[in-house]
Amino acid sequence: MTMTFTEPEITKELIKIHGITEAEYARICDILGREPNYTELGIFSVMWSEHCSYKNSKPILKLFPKDGANLVVKAGEENAGVVDIGDGFAIAFKIESHNHPSAVEPFQGAATGVGGIIRDIFTMGARPVVLMNSLRFGSLDKDQNKNYLRGVVGGISHYGNCIGIPTVGGEIYFDDFYEGNPLVNAFCLGILKKEDLVRAAATGVGNPVYYVGAATGRDGLGGAAFASRELTDESHEDRPAVQVGDPFMEKLLLEACLELAKSDAIVGMQDMGAAGLTCSTSETAAKGNLGVEIDLAQVPRRETGMIPYETMLSESQERMLVIAKKGKERVVEEIFEKWDLHAVKIGELKSGNLMQVFDHGKLVAQIPPKALTDEAPVYVREECEPEYLKETRAFDLSQIADAPLPSLRGVPYGTTKQSRTEIASAALGRLPRNDDEGSWNQTLLCLLDSPTIASKAWIYEQYDHMVRTDTVFLPGHDAALVRVKGMKKGIAISTDVNGLYCYLDPFEGGKIAVAEAARNVACVGAKPIAVTNCLNFGNPMKPEVFWQFHRAADGMSEACRKLGTPVTGGNVSFYNENPRGAIYPTPTIGMVGILEDIGKRVPSFFKKEGDFIYLIGTTYDELGGSQYLLTVHGLRKGMPPRLNLDFELKLQNFLQACASDRLLHSAHDLSEGGLAVALAECLFGCAGKPMGAEVNLPQSGLRIDSLLFSESQSRVLVSIAREEENSFEKKVHSSAIPFQQIGVVTRDHLKIGSWIELSSRELEQTYRQAIPRRMGE
Amino acid sequence: MKACVVVFPGSNCDSDCWHVLKDVAKSDVQFVWHKESLLPEVDLIVLPGGFSYGDYLRTGAIARFSPVMRSVEEHVRKGYPVLGICNGFQVLLEAGLLPGAMLRNRNLQFICRHVYLKTENTSSPFTNCLKHGEVLRVPIAHGEGNYFCDEQTLETLEATNRIAFRYSSETGELDEAFNPNGSLAHIAGILNEKGNVLGMMPHPERVSEAILGGEDGKKIWDSILSAVA
Amino acid sequence: MYTAKINVTLKKSILDPQGKTTLGALHSLGFDQVKSLRVGKHFVLTLDAANSEQAKGMVDEICQKLLVNPVIEEYSVELKEAVKVSE
Repeated sequence: MTMTFTEPEITKELIKIHGITEAEYARICDILGREPNYTELGIFSVMWSEHCSYKNSKPILKLFPKDGANLVVKAGEENAGVVDIGDGFAIAFKIESHNHPSAVEPFQGAATGVGGIIRDIFTMGARPVVLMNSLRFGSLDKDQNKNYLRGVVGGISHYGNCIGIPTVGGEIYFDDFYEGNPLVNAFCLGILKKEDLVRAAATGVGNPVYYVGAATGRDGLGGAAFASRELTDESHEDRPAVQVGDPFMEKLLLEACLELAKSDAIVGMQDMGAAGLTCSTSETAAKGNLGVEIDLAQVPRRETGMIPYETMLSESQERMLVIAKKGKERVVEEIFEKWDLHAVKIGELKSGNLMQVFDHGKLVAQIPPKALTDEAPVYVREECEPEYLKETRAFDLSQIADAPLPSLRGVPYGTTKQSRTEIASAALGRLPRNDDEGSWNQTLLCLLDSPTIASKAWIYEQYDHMVRTDTVFLPGHDAALVRVKGMKKGIAISTDVNGLYCYLDPFEGGKIAVAEAARNVACVGAKPIAVTNCLNFGNPMKPEVFWQFHRAADGMSEACRKLGTPVTGGNVSFYNENPRGAIYPTPTIGMVGILEDIGKRVPSFFKKEGDFIYLIGTTYDELGGSQYLLTVHGLRKGMPPRLNLDFELKLQNFLQACASDRLLHSAHDLSEGGLAVALAECLFGCAGKPMGAEVNLPQSGLRIDSLLFSESQSRVLVSIAREEENSFEKKVHSSAIPFQQIGVVTRDHLKIGSWIELSSRELEQTYRQAIPRRMGE
Repeated sequence: MKACVVVFPGSNCDSDCWHVLKDVAKSDVQFVWHKESLLPEVDLIVLPGGFSYGDYLRTGAIARFSPVMRSVEEHVRKGYPVLGICNGFQVLLEAGLLPGAMLRNRNLQFICRHVYLKTENTSSPFTNCLKHGEVLRVPIAHGEGNYFCDEQTLETLEATNRIAFRYSSETGELDEAFNPNGSLAHIAGILNEKGNVLGMMPHPERVSEAILGGEDGKKIWDSILSAVA
Repeated sequence: MYTAKINVTLKKSILDPQGKTTLGALHSLGFDQVKSLRVGKHFVLTLDAANSEQAKGMVDEICQKLLVNPVIEEYSVELKEAVKVSE
């Protein structure tokens, strides 16, 4: 049977559908010295999309510090950054978004996001050992968002659990600004022996090019281009753009590729992720300064009648491109056969600088690979400060009474009337009446009941977070902590960003995201060493969005420089918009740190009755952008807290020094919900058996709501054994860091001054039930 | 002790079991690829957790046809101990080396958390270092651990003391509230007739070192060590 | 060539939480008329066999050996002679 297919004529309309501007088209003609054919147009369209080319973000990404001690692979060089951790080992890590596919099909979108980031890591010869994720959804009181949460968590769980890499932590926020455009950012970290590092460059003329893994179908056609457009109501019709993941296939690929990395049979590997065969072929050739020739007739297919355009652009999952050494073909083939995988030679490296694509011997595309990668267009977009900031900055805290809200007057944002009634009833021991005075007890319960703050056990208990038996801190601590078998060192990781802060002040928000992620890592006793980031923003063609992007990058860069944590890579996700507008600017940080002696780790929860509790750092009247204002008063206003980077660095060094001297029983960073929430969280180390605390706060001239709920930065709660009081206070004095001894760890009540007194059991119930209750369990 | 860990395509607790046998139980341990039809001379075979063949048809349903399974059956016939953990338990069920079958967890979700196990049998090679009623804290991590068998089989299991562990409270109380997955009679692990095959859903290899937050799992390795000594 | 459509469901006596949950969802959408629901697996096989009897025998063997776990599942088969397509 022969297929006859007439390629469509290149018309203005067709060029436009491919997202290529007139100027870009002229440039393509210039590069080729002729008009492109249909296949070539498709190739240019995906390679020059934002997702692959970073054409709108490159000038801003240059702002990030990329140099630092111990970097083996820097940002932009390979699939992921690599840092030397000593003793002959290195770590490779990266965070990447899969937002748009998850919006259309949450389960598969999230699953393939996890699959993609894992491939980025093992492609480099590193064994993936840790997964984390950073998620954003609209309010959990809406059914659509519950479905998103259920689907995304199900997808991550499906893929990560099956492939056997523990999902050890992450973060989740719920806010109307993410309605209809959830964010799914997946992080993966791998460990490798330094000599096993595999590059994605194609070197050596005559070396064969192998295709390995799943067969190619039409799934995900144009996925990269899809991720570079805004989501509209019609997006749900774009179903073909959704790929289906096969974690079992990827597990086989992973094991086979790692075996291959240890052999000396290959020169390079590249996964077929976004833009599939096109991207992997042209990028490896461009990096190796060589030409490449492939024949599509050799490509294993799952569907019949696929034309070259479709084969080149397909985003079928779990596929790899391997550049073998000439003469070692058998070694490569045997390793794949062992794992029941079929490696097919589809072409070879050529001298010169052309990528030539054949189909049954007929030339169907001929493009210089560098034209697709290094020479893709770069734009500096227009920027301007958004209007809404005038109003949010003008907010004055004195407009709000420094008193707890009466229980039911004005149902607080983010909770349903019913749930609010339940909380109030719990606090009062009876049904609330409209004339009831409010209490700070209720305010605290209301915050603990907010899904953004509440326990995430419903989520992480669906992830296998212990497989590989390296998870030393189970999810719930400030940072995830894993051991490396045979090493004294531990690896600490935190993902973080507060999108609301970035919305109200992207510069300060960007700074805080880096500083807080580093602080989380420092709280467990580790030294932050490097950063990967995933920059989720709206449409970059909107000057306001581009301004947010630029300012946030400036803030992150400043913090990364000060804290000595270079950016080793990541990705950019633009066009995160819903019909109402852009999402919060959400530059997710993945911070990695090293704990020299894992025996000196510091947990985040109180440990022993009678221990002294200290508050390190200074509290200000900083309620702008706080969860208190959002959840209790329904306000997204004010300026987020200010962050002093000099002090932050001093604090983090102090925390590491204390850990090293084994002075701390616990250390917990103060973040969303401020001191009162942080104190409550410190009680929940052991499910079903919460501890207590009795705390007195010295008069400081602050508002009561600030004392309890301000989100001032660079603050940490620590607990120490009584006998360490002197040595601890001496140490903190000599570091010139402000501190107060505020109380003691008790058995089962939380008492904060005269404002809050609640049983720990009730606090824990509220905290643990908030998400399951909304999910109908 | 000489032990081997069978690796199926999709096994993912194989290296965890290898590590615990080598570094905690201090035994001589090796991996055996599922395509091998001959097993090395060993005192213990472990079928590890994971998702053999992706668990795409039914958990363990395809793995049981692996060439290595014939040698495993042979080993069982000769009376050597075989331990199946999680997916390994599911493979043993599908292979008919243990009675019953697994259903999806009652709440239809994958569950990963620590649970409490009440020791019911203390005479097997896997449990001889435990006291009757002793409660262990061990994590589970599965989507299909809801054990089922017919009434007659259950009666036999009970009557012949072949239920090794049941899900319980911290104090050994049995109640649906402490049953994480809906398992029949709170069953977490069962033995075969001879007592030399144990299948259990919880993962003892995950709690055999203090740094991982518990050492209760060690008691199972200690039992095996004393049984094969 | 024969086409066999095989339906595998949990035995009636066994709780089917997926089915129960789906039924609950239908009821909450207002489909109260739905009285029961069981979730199952569906396999479509094409196979070479000399006659339908042989095909039926083969399908039964396949089911008993691999596709069905008789402890918890039961199955039904719909067998049809496939129309030959000239390549």
